[in-house]
Amino acid sequence: MGFNLRGAWSIYQRELMRAFRTAFQSVIAPVLTTSLYFIVFGSAIGSRMEPIQSIEYAAFIIPGLLMLTLLGETTSNSSFGIYMPRFTGTIYELLSAPVGVAETLVGFVGAAATKSLILAAIILATATLFVDYEIKYPLLAIGFIVLVAASFSLFGFILGIWADSFEKLGIIPVLILTPLTFLGGTFYSLDMLPDPWDKIALANPIAFLVSGLRWTFYGTSDVSIGISLGLTLGFLAVCTAIIAFIFKTGWRLRE
Amino acid sequence: MAEVTDEAILDISGLSKVYKGGVRALDNVDLTIRKGEIFALLGPNGAGKTTLIGAVCGLVRPTSGKVTAFGEDLAHNWREARGRIGLVPQELSTDMFETVHRAVSYSRGLFGFPPDKARIEEVLRSLTLWDKRDSQIRELSGGMKRRVLIAKALAHEPDLLFLDEPTAGVDVELRKDMWKQIAALRERGTTIILTTHYIEEAEEMADRVGVIRKGQILMVDDKDAMMQRMGRTEAVIALSEPLRELPPSIATFPVELRADGMELCYRGGDGSGKGREDVAALTKALIISGIDYRGIDIHDSSLEDIFVGLVSETEEA
Repeated sequence: MGFNLRGAWSIYQRELMRAFRTAFQSVIAPVLTTSLYFIVFGSAIGSRMEPIQSIEYAAFIIPGLLMLTLLGETTSNSSFGIYMPRFTGTIYELLSAPVGVAETLVGFVGAAATKSLILAAIILATATLFVDYEIKYPLLAIGFIVLVAASFSLFGFILGIWADSFEKLGIIPVLILTPLTFLGGTFYSLDMLPDPWDKIALANPIAFLVSGLRWTFYGTSDVSIGISLGLTLGFLAVCTAIIAFIFKTGWRLRE
Repeated sequence: MAEVTDEAILDISGLSKVYKGGVRALDNVDLTIRKGEIFALLGPNGAGKTTLIGAVCGLVRPTSGKVTAFGEDLAHNWREARGRIGLVPQELSTDMFETVHRAVSYSRGLFGFPPDKARIEEVLRSLTLWDKRDSQIRELSGGMKRRVLIAKALAHEPDLLFLDEPTAGVDVELRKDMWKQIAALRERGTTIILTTHYIEEAEEMADRVGVIRKGQILMVDDKDAMMQRMGRTEAVIALSEPLRELPPSIATFPVELRADGMELCYRGGDGSGKGREDVAALTKALIISGIDYRGIDIHDSSLEDIFVGLVSETEEA
């Protein structure tokens, strides 16, 4: 038996079904939160702001808001996906099945990434209710979103294996990803920051993601799209290597 | 009934597991399971039963040793073998919000098998779960949840099935019902390894019995052979009049006087019925000798007696 395609598909389907069971938490809550951002920052405050990089402020913040939701939801979905079987003990079935690292990643990470893409589409549709915008490079935007969703699904998977409590599961998305996304140019351009903060902001990896996505939307960015893309691909590779190591050693999976 | 053959379906050699902190859960275990048999692994709590199952099923990383299933070394060619192994865990671990049908269908797919509604229906019906197929698992009783776990393990038609305490926490009626299910599986040719606290369960179903304690296999034998070799009969004969000493006519029997000569106690025989024959001869000898008695209480040792004796012997050693 080579790659267990049916096994991977079963995990994928089940994870998506789980999301449908928790539709409010998985879809409606982030859409509501994003809508509130658009209302407060886009319409209420944004109407009094000057355009940034020749982009209307309400439109300028769309990639950042998308990234904010995408990173948080993707990481949470993926980490919960693997943490819950560990917590409830149902992981016994996965470990005893003819399923390896490849099937597990395709199933869990693929489902988390799919949910994120659906969410991104819903958020972009929601944004049209508040602001007129056009995406300059739509295919590149989709590609970049897929890449980020896949990378952070892998990252979330690692988090779900590392965490041994619900508290730890929430620490990274809430205390690290959300603040870094806020400080990564979601609501402003990095060149609006005074020296040396504009340079210090470049130490924030999320800034490269927000900037990269904004480039695919409007063709302008704080940093080169090549660097953003390279960094994301590098992150993807590192996460994949870590997961391969986890499966090889059984760390936190097998006693 | 499917026959037990000498062909090894599972071969464990030199298997050891030392957990972090130094606890040696398995200590150089050698065990061979024959195709088609029901093998009962008995042992007190913490003996290493669940660790042994985990090491075969991929839940535990052995520290050393080799496990071969269906001729494949599980350390290398695990995919093929795992697809033919089913596991019913001790804990009621399942997605409580999933429906019964979906949970069982998921298990089949996870093991690489194509959807088969007829097979899922057959499994659910055989475990009287069909009427509950659309119920969420959390709505079921403990016994029914355990049936769901069995259904999940059977969904991919395993050739080798591990049942870790399959009847723990279920009532007597359900337990006997499950014994029937297990017997039916055996008839279909499934090899079954079960761990249990209910020795009666092993006595009822097993072809062979293994006793494990502190990670070491103390004994593996055919159940009947073990009973014959280690079984004993105990008979207490209540006498009408006290005896001061044993008359020569019964002195050749393994008997002793107790209760101030009011009771004659016989301990002997084996698990094949020899003890009862001895007791019959003993009572005839008593009558011939003019010794009257009021009653006889005969007890054949059960597998549980043998198990307890075996474990406590090694405890003392």
